[in-house]
Amino acid sequence: MGDVAVHALRGVSLSLRAGELVVLLGPSGSGKSTLLNILGGLDTPTSGSVSYLDHDLSAADDAALTRYRREHVGFVFQFYNLIPSLTAAENVALVTEISRHPMSPRDALALVGLADRADHFPSQLSGGEQQRVAIARAIAKRPDVLLCDEPTGALDASTGILVLEALVRANRELGTLTAIITHNAVIASIADRVISLSNGRIASIVANAHKASPGSLSW
Amino acid sequence: MVSALDRKLVRELGRLWPQLFAAAMVMAVGVGALTMSLSTLRSLERARDTYYERYRFPDVFTHVKRAPASLKDRIAQIPGVSRVAARIVVDVSLDVTGLNEPANGRLISIPDAPPFGLCEVHLRRGRFPDPLHPGEVVASEAFADAHGFSLGQTLSAVINGRLQTLTIVGVGLSPEYIYQIQPGSFLPDDLRFGVFWMNHRQLAPAFNLDGAFNNIALSLGPGASVPDVLRRLDTLTEPYGGTGAYARKDQTSHQYVSDELAQLRGMAVIPPTVFLSASAFILNIVFARLIRTQRIQIAALRAFGYSSLQIAGHYLSMVVVVSLLGGVLGVLLGWRMGLLVTELYIRFFRFPVFEFTLSRSAIALALSVGVGAAVAGTLLTIRRAAALPPAQAMRPETPPDYRSTTIERLRVQRLLSPAGRMILRHLERQPLRAAMTALGMSLALAVLILGSYSHGAVNEVVDFQFDRLQRQDATVTLVEPAAPRAAAALASLPGVVSAEFFRAVPVRFRAGPIERREVITALDPQPALSRVLTTSGRPVHMPESGLLLTDSLAELLRVKRGDRVRVEVLEGQRPVVDLTVTDIVTTYVGTAAYMDRRALNALMQEGPVISGAFLKVDPSAAARLYASLKEVPAVAGVTVKRAALDTFRDTFAKNILIMRVFNLIFASTIAFGVMFNSARIALAERAHEFATLRILGFRRAEVSAILLGELAVLTIVAIPIGLVLGRLLTLYAASALQTETHRIPALINASTFAYAIIVVCSAAAISGLIVRRGVSTLNLVEVLKSEG
Repeated sequence: MGDVAVHALRGVSLSLRAGELVVLLGPSGSGKSTLLNILGGLDTPTSGSVSYLDHDLSAADDAALTRYRREHVGFVFQFYNLIPSLTAAENVALVTEISRHPMSPRDALALVGLADRADHFPSQLSGGEQQRVAIARAIAKRPDVLLCDEPTGALDASTGILVLEALVRANRELGTLTAIITHNAVIASIADRVISLSNGRIASIVANAHKASPGSLSW
Repeated sequence: MVSALDRKLVRELGRLWPQLFAAAMVMAVGVGALTMSLSTLRSLERARDTYYERYRFPDVFTHVKRAPASLKDRIAQIPGVSRVAARIVVDVSLDVTGLNEPANGRLISIPDAPPFGLCEVHLRRGRFPDPLHPGEVVASEAFADAHGFSLGQTLSAVINGRLQTLTIVGVGLSPEYIYQIQPGSFLPDDLRFGVFWMNHRQLAPAFNLDGAFNNIALSLGPGASVPDVLRRLDTLTEPYGGTGAYARKDQTSHQYVSDELAQLRGMAVIPPTVFLSASAFILNIVFARLIRTQRIQIAALRAFGYSSLQIAGHYLSMVVVVSLLGGVLGVLLGWRMGLLVTELYIRFFRFPVFEFTLSRSAIALALSVGVGAAVAGTLLTIRRAAALPPAQAMRPETPPDYRSTTIERLRVQRLLSPAGRMILRHLERQPLRAAMTALGMSLALAVLILGSYSHGAVNEVVDFQFDRLQRQDATVTLVEPAAPRAAAALASLPGVVSAEFFRAVPVRFRAGPIERREVITALDPQPALSRVLTTSGRPVHMPESGLLLTDSLAELLRVKRGDRVRVEVLEGQRPVVDLTVTDIVTTYVGTAAYMDRRALNALMQEGPVISGAFLKVDPSAAARLYASLKEVPAVAGVTVKRAALDTFRDTFAKNILIMRVFNLIFASTIAFGVMFNSARIALAERAHEFATLRILGFRRAEVSAILLGELAVLTIVAIPIGLVLGRLLTLYAASALQTETHRIPALINASTFAYAIIVVCSAAAISGLIVRRGVSTLNLVEVLKSEG
């Protein structure tokens, strides 16, 4: 039995603009994760081109992709991926120490409302707090692109809303292009634009005339 | 039919093979060392015992000046004596073609034809001497081989002051000379010392011993009392100048062989323990990790109805498969090493047949100890896994709980980067594993020190004995004690820069219930060539009256400075006196007692006679001097220090090299095995963390630094522990290997330490670099979707 080629994405053409908040919506298997991986420099497409400003990401090697992630991208994961052996502030410092113009870890934590939890280890924080530390870690380097993969996926609704509020605030105050992957359609209403994916293709791109605030959501 | 569980077993063995193989290799070394030393021990014991029995090695020996043949029958009547050999044993100076300096020969008389009844000679080639042909001898194989002599070759011997030609008609061996070493020397020198068997009828007239003999060997019947026989033999031989009877245990060659057996027994304990514990530890960390990742699988199996015994059996059979693999490799290794060690042995120990055979009981023991160690190392972990209740196993393990480390509480955290803190906190979270890894590394270091120290220690012994104690170039012994005139003649030989004279007499010391045969060497008041040093290295002057004893002898006699010892001289008028021990002096080799030369002459009621001389020789005139010494009839033997030393260093260097290569491979196996496994597991456990760091923009090198940094910390911690451990092992080995005749100083020089550290660090670095490649292949995308 040979390997079967599976196309996760086909014929996707998309441009994202500085400062906007985009929600990528779609059921599992729709290709949204693959798209996020390519946008984040974790993966390269087999064909086609991806560019960030004047960088051609589709032709970049591992070192160039690492540099791109290091200098321009912030990640927020579904399962937070904090380093358990580092405190909240140290998890943020992990990133600020390798960035050019970072904010201080304390400021980043304050931005997500966790200034008083700075010296706690991940095991001493709730899930929502851990995700907010992860957001602080992602935004502390003042990234140009903030990519969030199901950031509320592991959280209950009220905690998820706190996390979304942190994301919206970071997007507003830092002007970071923020892309949130989710299969939760409710979240789409906080976005500037909603991009729906299905079977590896873009099904629709809808601009929200009216952005809802996370506090008004419920699911 | 192969059960599904067995398939799982096979696949997991396949998946984990690099780690399991590393553990199996370390185990193989342990099993190998055990198999080798036990098998060699048995082979050597068997070879010795068969040889002793078949060639009738005596139980008791003594030497007299001259005893009539009739004494033999009186000796035979001592209760317990079964056979008596009344022989002539004399030491002569030899002139061998191609050898500058004179060699020393020991001539031993044999009856007309074998069997001799006692002290049989194994004829390797040629024939026994024809009693009617003068000068025919059987030469010892070691001497004949060293010179490449063929049958019919001749050499000249100064026999009782006359130059006589000896013709080699046979080459042979005797159990009395399994280890052929010149009396009074501690280095074997097959070129310059040989044993020759000559017909009694030919030898007796040459030494005016017609109808007489000067050496007695006895075999004893079952149940004979050795001390009783020794006492009675001494009484009988005393009127004939008996120098004191001694039992087999004090026979030189027998002592060396016994010491070797004792060392092999030591080898069967120390290295296997070190290696088997290391392999048990490696298996423990591999299985602890395996079982942790398979909690859910175990729970599922338990839920399907597999019993906890079946689960335990499943993991245990993996352990057994691995340890059997290690065991089989170990037996093969032990067999190879045994053959190699045998080759080393037959350079020193001469047996008619010495075959290395793998002992079946040794294999059985080595395998069961190996499997036992592996099972012991993993049993607790496996029991815990098997005992997991299915429901509890289905829940993920409690998340890792970190806190600030003790070191950080010392307020050094500002000095540490987050990466540094990750390293420290991770180590401190699993202190036992970190400690065991460091201990494993330090064991490797200790093994290296232990293996290398003997090199430095033997050099120290040689330097001490030959550069600090015996500074003469040559030692000349005379056939008979001689008057000052002979001394003057020796000192004035061309090439002699300076000469010091000595008088040596055999004595028996008595201190309380302890008695011991010994030789008192009497020296000039302030000897400069053959010096005597205190334990602190200060040269000692000979006391006007009284006695100096080496620390080894003082220990045996249980006397200390200021005590009095009964001295029974076994020569001349055989005076008996009590002397005070005025000082304790030091030596690494053998035992010795010293006196002032004039004091001994006075005690012996003789003039200023000497037994020989120590010579300092002008190197440019050495060849001429040695040639002329060959022709001085009064000279019984000449020992040239440099020559013996060169031969020794040569052989020693070869053996040490082989041993060091072995040691290097073994220690690196431990260091590599331990480090490789720790690194593999560190990577496996933290793949998620490392991948996250990579996504956050950390370069490969930065992530590797965290992984390697942890290994570096462990290595740094291991170094001082290893040095201390190595020192302790060395002290233990030195005391375990110390015998009555030899002590090995537990000295470790700086270069040994440096060498051990370099090897261990390299092994750690190599294993780290191999595992580091795993950082490059981390699956970053996978991490986004999975829980840590």
